[in-house]
Amino acid sequence: MTDTAVRSADRAPARSADRRPERRGRAAVWRKRAEIALFVTPALALLVAFVVVPVATAVQMSLYKWKGFGPMVDFVGLRNYVSVLTNEVFTDAVVHNLIIVVGSILLQLPLGLAIALLLNRKMWGQGLLRTIIFVPYVLAEVIAGVVWFQLLQPQYGVIDTMLAAVGLHGPDQGFLGTPEYALWTVLVVLTWKYLGLAVILFLAGLQGVPDELYEAAQLDGASWWQVQRRITIPLLGPTMRTWGFLSMIGSLQLFDMVWILTGGGPANATTTMATFLVNEGTKRQNFGIAGAASVILFVIALVLAVAYQKFILSRDSKEGGR
Amino acid sequence: MSAVTTPARPSARTADRPARKKTFSGGNPLVYAISLVVVAVTLGPVLYGVLGGFRTNAQLADDPAGLPSPWVWDNYAGVLSADSPFWGYFLNSTIIAVVTTAVVVVFGIMAAYPLARYRFKGREALFMVFVIGLLFPATVAIIPLFILITQNYQMGNTWWGVALPQAAFALPMTVVILRPFLQALPTELEEAAQLDGASRIGFFWRILLPLSGPGMVTVGVLAFVGSWNAYLLPLLLLRGDMRTLPLGVADFSSEHSADTAGVFAFTTLAMIPALVFFLAMQKRIVNGLQGAVKG
Repeated sequence: MTDTAVRSADRAPARSADRRPERRGRAAVWRKRAEIALFVTPALALLVAFVVVPVATAVQMSLYKWKGFGPMVDFVGLRNYVSVLTNEVFTDAVVHNLIIVVGSILLQLPLGLAIALLLNRKMWGQGLLRTIIFVPYVLAEVIAGVVWFQLLQPQYGVIDTMLAAVGLHGPDQGFLGTPEYALWTVLVVLTWKYLGLAVILFLAGLQGVPDELYEAAQLDGASWWQVQRRITIPLLGPTMRTWGFLSMIGSLQLFDMVWILTGGGPANATTTMATFLVNEGTKRQNFGIAGAASVILFVIALVLAVAYQKFILSRDSKEGGR
Repeated sequence: MSAVTTPARPSARTADRPARKKTFSGGNPLVYAISLVVVAVTLGPVLYGVLGGFRTNAQLADDPAGLPSPWVWDNYAGVLSADSPFWGYFLNSTIIAVVTTAVVVVFGIMAAYPLARYRFKGREALFMVFVIGLLFPATVAIIPLFILITQNYQMGNTWWGVALPQAAFALPMTVVILRPFLQALPTELEEAAQLDGASRIGFFWRILLPLSGPGMVTVGVLAFVGSWNAYLLPLLLLRGDMRTLPLGVADFSSEHSADTAGVFAFTTLAMIPALVFFLAMQKRIVNGLQGAVKG
């Protein structure tokens, strides 16, 4: 993406701006530099103060034993990293994050695709349907979480009641209170919350498929299923791969929904890397541990992002030439 | 692809033409049945919360799956009463979201302008700073951010303390979306402005800004929604009267866990602003997300 943006940038805009300095000399050069500084400085200052400095502090924190007051003096090298990586709560949290990454894609990809294909047909109420399917995505994760928390209450929650009506019995501690079910329940709620995004993006991708292709296939006597399998889904590939990337990055940073639904419990069955580091940082004041966990979270996200770019997204740029 | 390349069968051609000319009859009933299920699953939890707010706790306990009978207004009236904390949360959420949006849009378009339309050494390097910024989500820096804002910047428990970092983390995406948008404006405009004696700043102010309205609205809407729904940063920074709606909802739900009907009423009212905003801005939000994917 950046490559093409850079190339087109070199061509278009600068031509006219370039003639000036020759004519007016050094004063114009300085004036231009001052203008650039004027325009870019506010954004850069904000980035430095609230992104660069905190990220650098996270790295620094991770090398010290520090409780949050006074200067950092107790240098411990990589000991915080060792203790995070040997902490079962954290390694379990990494596994939970990975389960959510894979589970979200495995659930939302087929469901989202099916609903998008369904909505892409001519039908009454299509616009309304598209709006409705997007509603959960617009709600705050916290608000969706609070509602689902009530629905999932053991015994008197509506989901247990509906199960009882068909003769099933929910777990005694509730779906969120039972370690074996809790993570899967969170995954289901997340699917409800984020399915709309997948559908909307897939629908946009479907609109990019030229009508002529469908008409040609119809002329050839292809059935609806054949058209979907041979034309629509392959052409939707780039959209699906980009959506998968966004979904993965979001799952790795998962915090809000877990914090509301389970707080990471029961018995750490739903801890994520983010809930772990917030817990260590705010409740236990173990800032060194929190810093090390932050750096590890970043490295995991970066490695997965680069791998995804290399093995999955790169297919798009290769195919781009056709 | 084989479906396209197989030779055309003449019989199919003649059979298909009249079918396509027929007026739309409504489509397959099965499609509507599936759509109904999708709608029920999607809206069910939301509607249950809305209706739950109209019931009493006794009603909810007796028959969790029932409808309100009789309809009770007390829960909603209680949340909306003048002494309810709801209004304070609402005000905080609004101010923080407006400040975040304003800062993101103003700083974003300012930074995107020279990156898009000036030629200078180090321009691409400067742009890369913003691209790399995309890699750092607020979650990674949340603990040092909390310490810096409360101890070093003295902005703990203030609107600015939440709005500025939110804007900072939204800036990279904003610049990445806005730059190609500004590059797409024709060079002729700039040349014409120069002939008319406008400086580059004059061009920015009088021509570029009015023309980039749609781009600014898109990034602004994304920043607003992000701020309105944000939880983690406000959770660490805001206390008491300064809390935002998501914090208020979460705290209300844990403090009044026995008052299920009250929780439903509070939650329903808290989701209304986001839903109204979404309905009003639907096109922009969807375009922005799709633009981000195509990016």
